Amino acid sequence: MTAANAPVSSEGAGIVGTGPSRRGRRRVPAARRETWAAYGFLSPWVIGFVGLTVGPMVASLVLSFTDYNLVDAGNTSWVGLGNYREALTEDRLVVQSLKVTTYYATLAVALDLFVGLILALLLNTGFRVIGAIRTIYYLPAAVSGVAVSLLWLWIFQPSSGLANALLDLVGLPAIDWVYSTTWVIPAFVLMSLWGVGRSAFIYLAILQRIPTNLYEAAAVDGAGPFTRFRRITLPLVTPAIFLNLVLGIIGNFQTFTQAFVISEGGPANASLFYTLYLYRNAFRYFRVGYAAALAWILFALLLVLTLVAFRSSRRWVYYEAEDLR
Amino acid sequence: MSAVAADVLGPRPTGRWSRRLSALVIVAGAAAVLLPLAWMVSTSLKPESQVFRTPIEWVPSTVRTENYREAVSLIPFWRYALNSLLVAVPVVIGTVVTSTAVAFAFARMRAPGMRWLFVLVIAAIMLPGEVTLVPSFLLFKELGWVGTYLPLTVPAWLGGGAFNIFLLRQYFLTIPREQDELARVEGHSFVSILLRVVVPQSWPAISVVAAFEFVHVWNDFLGPLLYVTDQDSYTLPLGLNFYKDIYNTQWAHLMAASLLALLPCILVFFLAQRAFTQGIVLTGRR
Repeated sequence: MTAANAPVSSEGAGIVGTGPSRRGRRRVPAARRETWAAYGFLSPWVIGFVGLTVGPMVASLVLSFTDYNLVDAGNTSWVGLGNYREALTEDRLVVQSLKVTTYYATLAVALDLFVGLILALLLNTGFRVIGAIRTIYYLPAAVSGVAVSLLWLWIFQPSSGLANALLDLVGLPAIDWVYSTTWVIPAFVLMSLWGVGRSAFIYLAILQRIPTNLYEAAAVDGAGPFTRFRRITLPLVTPAIFLNLVLGIIGNFQTFTQAFVISEGGPANASLFYTLYLYRNAFRYFRVGYAAALAWILFALLLVLTLVAFRSSRRWVYYEAEDLR
Repeated sequence: MSAVAADVLGPRPTGRWSRRLSALVIVAGAAAVLLPLAWMVSTSLKPESQVFRTPIEWVPSTVRTENYREAVSLIPFWRYALNSLLVAVPVVIGTVVTSTAVAFAFARMRAPGMRWLFVLVIAAIMLPGEVTLVPSFLLFKELGWVGTYLPLTVPAWLGGGAFNIFLLRQYFLTIPREQDELARVEGHSFVSILLRVVVPQSWPAISVVAAFEFVHVWNDFLGPLLYVTDQDSYTLPLGLNFYKDIYNTQWAHLMAASLLALLPCILVFFLAQRAFTQGIVLTGRR
């Protein structure tokens, strides 16, 4: 496509160059003009990337080797790997927050992948009301943040909240939810499951592209429903599982607002999410250097997890080559 | 087609029953999704004395719409809503304008280093915001922007986010090139090709970006928490969080205020519903 277009555009550029609409402008070779135009279009992003991503990243790395304090910036000194050593060997709250965050992210991602896929399979059975139903399932994606956190705080109230009322309905004992060290994370997972429609739609998009003749052929060959699911459906949705997995890990490790609004990290640090602890260090204890080190530890961790996911994907993610064309 | 698709779950003879069963599960699931919102509406209309009553009264025996009037006067609700709008409007416009321009360059123009730059865009999508959080704060503090909306709005005008660039670029690639080649032959500039050829064909993708961005900025909490210092300048999420601390137990009023705060997002969601469901498929964005 590009190769076929190349002669057209250079020829076109010739016409542009001599055209009457180009009042007195010096003839600049089209390719060079395109280059400068492209850089012009890209410039906002390049400025933002350098100024708000690369620059801060470098600054963050440098800060992480200092004891920079937000209220006492004059007394900053170089501490080398001191922050990293403290975070990884001395600070029990770092370990706690990593535990909490990993526990939450594992449960939330696993449930999201599993329930999302089941939901997509059910939605793919093609019955009538899907339009309205689809809207309902996707509604939680449009609402988030403080207002939704307050809603769930109310739902999780032990004495008169919706969650315990439902438990009571099926004869189960009440739970202290976000006021219990045991249940606070499951409560957050339940809240995240509310938005499962999101990943279901990614699966659904793929499911709807699977040609039905694949199933027909398999049925002719005597494959039962379970075999068809395992041999056809599952391999073909693995790219979506992979996408949901990677985005889920990155997203869930950055949980902040719910923890800040609903439980404030408590009780007894049982919901001290990593980002919440980072925020406290930077903006409550003003330990900016230490917080920068925490940020880089998180970044390294996510990088490793993402790379592991990508590496392992070669073994379990099926990328269709010609089968579906 | 659908009968065969149903076969993935069950063999043909029981197809009808498995479909009925899955229909049942889907409807039950949808009800479960709606339940928290229904509870929210129900609570917001109850007198505070009835809020704690068990078993739950889904339809309040006394409907109290005054909750809403009181909720918006207990805190300067409309002031906060206006502040939220003052942040959201420039952010959405900036995001749409600059991400469209950047994506257009990536999809349609050739220049040295472009492929390399695009790899950086992808890398930026994966980057957790925490890494730049603290130094960005120091930068904006140095610029004297803390306490203004500039740290919240200006970044949106600088490319509008890697994710949006990626989404729009993918969409622009699906538009046939013939028309813009023709426009170039006729001597149109890149700007006019973008505005006259590409943008008119890309409204679905652009509305995805605008809707997602609006919802995102409207609900954003961490940004305002860091940069908005003056109580009169609070956005709605900050105001609601503040309200929670003061009126801890007035659930009816809190739910009324929260529901009002969510209303614009729900409205945008219904307006851009198709775009939303398409957008999630296009991007997998959370």
